[in-house]
Amino acid sequence: MELSSHEFWALVHGAILGGAFLLAFSGGFAGLYSLRPEWASREGLHERVRRLIIGTTTMAALVWFTVISGTWIVYPWYREETPDSPKSFLLANPDTKDWHEFAMEWKEHIAWIAPMLATAAAFIVLYYRDDLIKNQTARKIAMACFIGAFVIAVIAGLLGALITKKAPVS
Amino acid sequence: MEARANELRPSGPVAAVLLASGIGAVVLGGLTIAAEASESFANSLAYDLEVGPLSGKTIWATAAFLVSWAALTAVFRKRDVNLGTVGIVTAVLVGLALVATFAPFFQLFAPD
Repeated sequence: MELSSHEFWALVHGAILGGAFLLAFSGGFAGLYSLRPEWASREGLHERVRRLIIGTTTMAALVWFTVISGTWIVYPWYREETPDSPKSFLLANPDTKDWHEFAMEWKEHIAWIAPMLATAAAFIVLYYRDDLIKNQTARKIAMACFIGAFVIAVIAGLLGALITKKAPVS
Repeated sequence: MEARANELRPSGPVAAVLLASGIGAVVLGGLTIAAEASESFANSLAYDLEVGPLSGKTIWATAAFLVSWAALTAVFRKRDVNLGTVGIVTAVLVGLALVATFAPFFQLFAPD
């Protein structure tokens, strides 16, 4: 019932950061979606924006931590040039090589677009703060960046989970 | 409330971060295709041997994002920029990057 350091970091990268990321997205998305003049009272606006700042900046930070830990800590173990590394295991069998050649090759690249979009969304919220409600164009763009980052992260996360099921880093 | 948008802080810094995210993404996509097309170029990006060429691709993409963000902020800091247009340009850049980082697409550039 012990985790090796490889399994621990794979868990941190995939499940812990990923789970926190989902929570941050839910909060941030609800806040951005409902930040409209007709839906917000003057009194409640400041508190809502405060929560929105926390949600968007947390999500941006989590996505950066996720891609950095994935690329610089977990990925080297995945691609070790040993016969029992996950990459070698997947490429050794014609039935599983697409899990590397399609899934991993796509995941390792697309994932890095997410933190840039999440940072843009967080910056827009931090820059305008309470005034974001007055600039609906900026709010919609922030929401588009936020959703884009989330969709990209979900694609990468899902592919990562499926690859791990086929060939775990252990 | 929308009519008071002109009283807001200048939109230049927001335009800067949006365009920078598009530029960073496009640099990642371009390097992904170039590394697939040339093994020697891919090897030159392997700053960390354990991570391989992905280390250089991600370092340069992140650097492009941060440097272009700083440079564009310096240019647009006090300006009001049409965010709708900037949003479209950013969407096009990110769209190109998504295509370029899609494995079946960039693998088309692999030498035979």
